[in-house]
Amino acid sequence: MVPISYYLALSAILFALGVVGFLIKRNLVTLFMSIELMLNAVNLAFVAFAWQWKSLNGQVFVFFVMVVAAAEAAVGLAIIIAVFRTRETLNVDRVNLLKL
Amino acid sequence: MSAHLHLWLIPLLPLAGAAINGLLGRSFPKRVVALVGNVSVGAACALAWWVFARFLSLPHEMVPYVRDYATWIRAGDFSVSYGVYLDQLSMVMVLIVTSVGFLIHIYSIGYMEHEGGYYRFFAYLNLFMFFMLTLVLANNYLLMFIGWEGVGLASYLLIGFFFLRDSAASAGKKAFIVNRIGDFGFLIALFLLIKHFGALDFSRLFPAISQFGVESAGAGLLTTIGLLLMVGACGKSAQLPLYVWLPDAMEGPTPVSALIHAATMVTAGVYMVARSNVIFSRAPSALLAVAIIGCLTALFAATIGIAQTDIKKVLAYSTISQLGYMFLACGVAAYPAGIFHLMTHAFFKGLLFLAAGSVIHSLGGEQDMRKMGGLRKHIPWTFWTMTAATFAIAGLPPFAGFFSKDEILWSAFSSEYGSWIFWAVGLLTAFLTSFYMFRLWFLTFFGEFRGEEGDDHGKHGHIHESPMVMLIPLVVLAVLSVIGGWIGWPQTIGGTQRFDHFLAPVFSAHAEETAVAAAEHSKELLLAGISVLAALLGLFFAWLLYHRRRDLPGKIAAALGGFYTAVRDKYYIDEGYATAFVRPLIKGSTYILWRGIDAGAIDATANESAEGAEHVSDALRHMQSGNVRSYAAWVAVGAAAVIAYMVYLGVR
Amino acid sequence: MLQLVLFLFFAVVAVAAAVNLLAQRHPINSALSLIVVMASVAALFLLMGAEFLAAIQVIVYAGAIMVLFVFVIMLLNAGEEPRTPGSRIAKLLGFPAVVVVAGLLAWTLLTRNPHPVNVDLAGHFVGSPTAIAQLLFRDFLLPFEVTSVLILIAIMGAVVLASPAGTTTGPGSPERPPAKRED
Repeated sequence: MVPISYYLALSAILFALGVVGFLIKRNLVTLFMSIELMLNAVNLAFVAFAWQWKSLNGQVFVFFVMVVAAAEAAVGLAIIIAVFRTRETLNVDRVNLLKL
Repeated sequence: MSAHLHLWLIPLLPLAGAAINGLLGRSFPKRVVALVGNVSVGAACALAWWVFARFLSLPHEMVPYVRDYATWIRAGDFSVSYGVYLDQLSMVMVLIVTSVGFLIHIYSIGYMEHEGGYYRFFAYLNLFMFFMLTLVLANNYLLMFIGWEGVGLASYLLIGFFFLRDSAASAGKKAFIVNRIGDFGFLIALFLLIKHFGALDFSRLFPAISQFGVESAGAGLLTTIGLLLMVGACGKSAQLPLYVWLPDAMEGPTPVSALIHAATMVTAGVYMVARSNVIFSRAPSALLAVAIIGCLTALFAATIGIAQTDIKKVLAYSTISQLGYMFLACGVAAYPAGIFHLMTHAFFKGLLFLAAGSVIHSLGGEQDMRKMGGLRKHIPWTFWTMTAATFAIAGLPPFAGFFSKDEILWSAFSSEYGSWIFWAVGLLTAFLTSFYMFRLWFLTFFGEFRGEEGDDHGKHGHIHESPMVMLIPLVVLAVLSVIGGWIGWPQTIGGTQRFDHFLAPVFSAHAEETAVAAAEHSKELLLAGISVLAALLGLFFAWLLYHRRRDLPGKIAAALGGFYTAVRDKYYIDEGYATAFVRPLIKGSTYILWRGIDAGAIDATANESAEGAEHVSDALRHMQSGNVRSYAAWVAVGAAAVIAYMVYLGVR
Repeated sequence: MLQLVLFLFFAVVAVAAAVNLLAQRHPINSALSLIVVMASVAALFLLMGAEFLAAIQVIVYAGAIMVLFVFVIMLLNAGEEPRTPGSRIAKLLGFPAVVVVAGLLAWTLLTRNPHPVNVDLAGHFVGSPTAIAQLLFRDFLLPFEVTSVLILIAIMGAVVLASPAGTTTGPGSPERPPAKRED
């Protein structure tokens, strides 16, 4: 007998933690992991709503979110590798060639 | 309705000449330029005479001959058209302008031969003719105003013809600006006319004004309009207090002084006042103002004229003085007399200027009378023609000036608007006129030559007569100066006064003036005699001081001391204007308008907005730090804002 | 009752692991924490009857994606995060923003639900593979196919981006002469 709002609140907290991590962390890989955390939180919310409306569309959407997250993780990590190769560092503050 | 007088051609022929000379004249040889310039005006002149012949045979009800060619402005009930208005008054003016103008154009062929900008001169001169003819032929005040402004423009261009000379350029500006002040008054008068009568064309306006009764003394609508029109006339016709531009206008070439500042443009004011006689005859106060201004100006300018040493300046002040006479005539409602004097003045003043130009030309540019003398042996033609003109302007019978001036003096005395004061001042002015004109005559042509050897015509080496092309107009005008007045031979001496009768229908309210009772005849003869006496007195004193006892003028001047220098220096009016008006205006312009508003406000706005953009972009620049995490922070902030807004929407 | 306890347990584990992800300095520790979070989320999926998704979460997310992360971390061998001065803006604006976001979301979700329901597995609402498959291959067929293309693109992109410079060439060698037509 868990009210749906609990799940939603948990989703919100996880999402917020993901945002915090995204802003705080200096390591590029950790940054990415914060993004994954956010995506997970969103998935949780989707499933909760799917339950609420008794519609499986929410769960299908989660499926697609996962697929996209996978693709994004792959490409993102490839970019990180490329960045590491040229800049020799994973510190996001050093990746600032666009600075004026 | 088959009388096609083709009046529109009269102004447009000189315009065509101006266009051709102005646009293409640079590459024409001088002969062609002169040909174009003169043929256009000559054709207009011939056409004017042909129109005159037809005009005399027009049936009574077709006069005034009015024709509208096209509509110019239409705003509700108010409309203004391009059209002509031909009655006796404008007929006379057209004839004077085209004929005298044509003669002066011929004269200019020779006079300007050695000057640069030959084509420019004729283009401007033709342009002036176009505007002047528009002015006199216009059938509404607005078209007349176009001509009014246009002759001002032409005057500016021609006064500053030798624009590389500072004094000429300044004189041109002065003329235009002082004219503008008068034009302002004219414009306000037009506005009042539009507001109260809803029309500006003569055919509709004058009958509407005729419905008004005569306004009692003091302010009233028609009086205001009349006074404002007078302000305009003061500017254009160089009356007090707006006369200061005319002496400076002598910087222009002499034919310009002859045509514009003697014969035609300056008379536009007189024409306008005569044309507006319907207004003035219902506003006695305005009429009185006209008379007083004219009278005072006549005297004032004459006093300055007697102390001038530049031959053209003497003639300039003489012009101002004679214009004062014309306004005096209009001011006592003797409009035909004023127009008569306008005509004779065009003859003899135009001749005086042309002859003076001939004198200057023969001396290679010398204008100071103190360096002239004894020239009658060297330039006889010029001498004799100038003599005719001088006798005419002095008002000695049977020359033209006598009849017109005398008619004015008689009207000043006897008209219901006149008074003996006007007559007395006019008489004094006549004496002074005779005096300074004969002074000029004696100084220039008699005695020994006082100039230096180097003053001789540099190219030819000695003083010589002008070429034929310059002399013929002189002769024609001299003949006119002699016989031109006979058309107005007064009844008292047995004439028929044809001129006044001719013009009478225009000033229909005063048709009764033409009947002169027999008892008045003797008075008129008496006054005529007195004025002739005054003229002879002037001749006598001039002969005495400038021929017989040449030492006297110096002694008199020394005795008069400060008074003499004041007169010679034009009563310091120019300096007064400069201090009272010009300098404050320049200071105000510089500090308030230029530094304050233009540079301080307008430029500053542009500069400040640019700087503001700079500051804003400088502040925004920090968003682009290249720092990924600050970007992330901005994203988070943006997302938070969007979510907050959506929540707010949902909550509402 | 049991469901509430289970929910709270897994919720606490998830949040703790998430906080640990933020707190750890070495990325490998953060990766492992993230795996714990994902496992908890999978359990929560199960609690909401999404069996298929729970399985997928463990297999794909935790099993493939996170493994990829771990590979990369170990490959790059970046080491602990050194203490470098961070972005001031991020700290200044980020924290309040996050608090606002979290607070707003939580408050909205908690109070504004017009149809509050309870998750109760006794309601027989289950996301079985059959049910998901029916949706996936019928109503959402097009997105499904598009995502497969997306994955393909991602693969190619990853290969290109990650390969050392100069080792990949364009499709076909430029020197091959055009084939002659035998007609």
